[in-house]
Amino acid sequence: MTTVALKPATMAQALTRALRDAMADDPSVHVMGEDVGTLGGVFRVTDGLAKEFGEDRCTDTPLAEAGILGTAVGMAMYGLRPVVEMQFDAFAYPAFEQLISHVARMRNRTRGTMPLPITIRVPYGGGIGGVEHHSDSSEAYYMATPGLHVVTPATVADAYGLLRASIASDDPVVFLEPKRLYWSKDSWNPEDPQSVEPIGRAVVRRSGRSATLITYGPSVPVCLEAAEAAREEGWDLEVVDLRSLVPFDDETVCASVRRTGRAVVVHESGGFGGPGGEIAARVTERCFHHLEAPVLRVAGFDIPYPPPMLERHHLPGVDRILDAVGRLQWEAES
Amino acid sequence: MTVMEQRGAYRPSPPPAWQPRTDPAPLLPDAEPYRVLGTEAAAKADPGLLRRLYAELVRGRRYNTQATALTKQGRLAVYPSSTGQEACEVAAALALEERDWLFPSYRDTLAAVARGVDPVQALTLLRGDWHTGYDPREHRVAPLCTPLATQLPHAVGLAHAARLKGDDVVALALVGDGGTSEGDFHEALNFAAVWQAPVVFLVQNNGFAISVPLAKQTAAPSLAHKAVGYGMPGRLVDGNDAAAVHEVLTDAVRHARAGGGPTLIEAITYRIDAHTNADDATRYRGDSEVETWRGHDPIALLEHELTERGLLDEAGKQAAMDAAEAMAADLRERMNQDPRLDPRDLFAQVYAEPTQQLREQQAQLQAELDAESEGSHR
Repeated sequence: MTTVALKPATMAQALTRALRDAMADDPSVHVMGEDVGTLGGVFRVTDGLAKEFGEDRCTDTPLAEAGILGTAVGMAMYGLRPVVEMQFDAFAYPAFEQLISHVARMRNRTRGTMPLPITIRVPYGGGIGGVEHHSDSSEAYYMATPGLHVVTPATVADAYGLLRASIASDDPVVFLEPKRLYWSKDSWNPEDPQSVEPIGRAVVRRSGRSATLITYGPSVPVCLEAAEAAREEGWDLEVVDLRSLVPFDDETVCASVRRTGRAVVVHESGGFGGPGGEIAARVTERCFHHLEAPVLRVAGFDIPYPPPMLERHHLPGVDRILDAVGRLQWEAES
Repeated sequence: MTVMEQRGAYRPSPPPAWQPRTDPAPLLPDAEPYRVLGTEAAAKADPGLLRRLYAELVRGRRYNTQATALTKQGRLAVYPSSTGQEACEVAAALALEERDWLFPSYRDTLAAVARGVDPVQALTLLRGDWHTGYDPREHRVAPLCTPLATQLPHAVGLAHAARLKGDDVVALALVGDGGTSEGDFHEALNFAAVWQAPVVFLVQNNGFAISVPLAKQTAAPSLAHKAVGYGMPGRLVDGNDAAAVHEVLTDAVRHARAGGGPTLIEAITYRIDAHTNADDATRYRGDSEVETWRGHDPIALLEHELTERGLLDEAGKQAAMDAAEAMAADLRERMNQDPRLDPRDLFAQVYAEPTQQLREQQAQLQAELDAESEGSHR
């Protein structure tokens, strides 16, 4: 293995490297899905894996998501560690019965005798101009299913570290990859052993004193941009990147909100029944006496995902975030 | 050259040669379900195997009647009986080697028991004190599967994984006629054929999906014919002829083990009892149909064959019945003991390590339990 110095890499490259390293370290890791072999995946995340490890380790499956995940269950039952690719968020729905009725509960229903170490990679979210069925934020469905971990990276380093941790986990992990961050670049050293991140720990991406933006995945860079813009308004915003929706890191989130006294949850997923409602409730239950204002949500509208030429109106942007921050009852302070 | 000039130069030519990717003829099932008992093939059957099948059938029937009785006594929440289908259940278990895997549906507790799963542990799901009552790895029996046909892709994946690891393990998946309408049936068979996975699919066509007859389920010539569309052989067998089911299954398992790929087998049988004890079969079928099938009973068929050939006498029958009664008595006695319930188990094994949220909820439950026991001691 050659040593790679810190240099710019994309999130997609970091994901590829994570898959490659996991496959090299553990012969039981198998990658499978639609177009993941010869083509290297429609986003090229599995590029080169079939060539390096053979088609038995990186397999082009028939085009059938329930079959892909269902056979992965059987492979995991026999001791393999499948990494399944769902080609797009909305293409994962046919696999939901396998996911909910088997993947999520096999450990529990067998009293731990049959854990299923399956990683399900799902490119998710909008902002890439995708036509219908290519831009859904489906995380609330996964969060509502006990037995699954739900992980989503926002940085290049996390993409590597969290995917390695997900594949190493003995529990099933839904690994949500923010499509519009696939080509985001960052300086990153894949040889740093500390880059394998534990699942379930949020991280403060930007420290601030005025209010906390609680977010994850594709909305993290948007929140960081909003935090910069907020300085003009005199607000010093903290940005918490959840990284893992399940398990949820109450500790890091609440510590931040207790410091700032105000919070806005930001995500692309619809607000009604979305992750933000759960997060706002958790924060309110735990930090009520520290709060100067109700916890607000900035989310996608409660509509079917819009056509690409209209999606910018749907996605939470800097202005909508700043507008919400402006409604955090600052009057009481002056 | 302009587009119009290109068009002018266009010379029609035939498309690349086409031919079917597989010859469909060898994949087609026979015109009639395969039978052994009462035919010339019976003479070739191994007497020891026939006697073993008989003992297992008698035991299996008794297991069904005992489990049904336990529902009436409130000891089982529900029991989907396989009475009338014992030949399929027993042959499925006996056709496999130790190292092979069985993937049962919820109606296949008997197959699990015939493979060696403890009868009480096999009934845990239906008693309701836990979901899967046995360690699937102990006898290589996957959990009894309730969502229809969803266990079939598991069987394919396991068989595929075994082959990748170089193990000559075969998976046998059980499904009913209703299950063949599910998408997972289609996807499993397709994956199995594409991967040439060492897996065998046994469809027990017992005539009904709860109340819906096969005619409303499919327009296929037979369920076995569906195999051809996937590029695997389809076999039709008399599902009440234990010797025939065993032979067809054994052939398919051997074929799969040798690298020949999957087989779809349709066993024609009949569900003598209602769907479960909670069902009323008189709403959708007549007694005469049931009576007709009682005349083609799997135990009676085999008993007749064995008696005709002098392989079974009254003492032999009595011995089989005594063994079945002993099993039933043991099952009754153990099922009449209250199961051990610990509410704290609810939080065990949701994840490898409980999340902080689950730890908090577990503490809440513990406080409720403590308050309950304090109240009961007052």
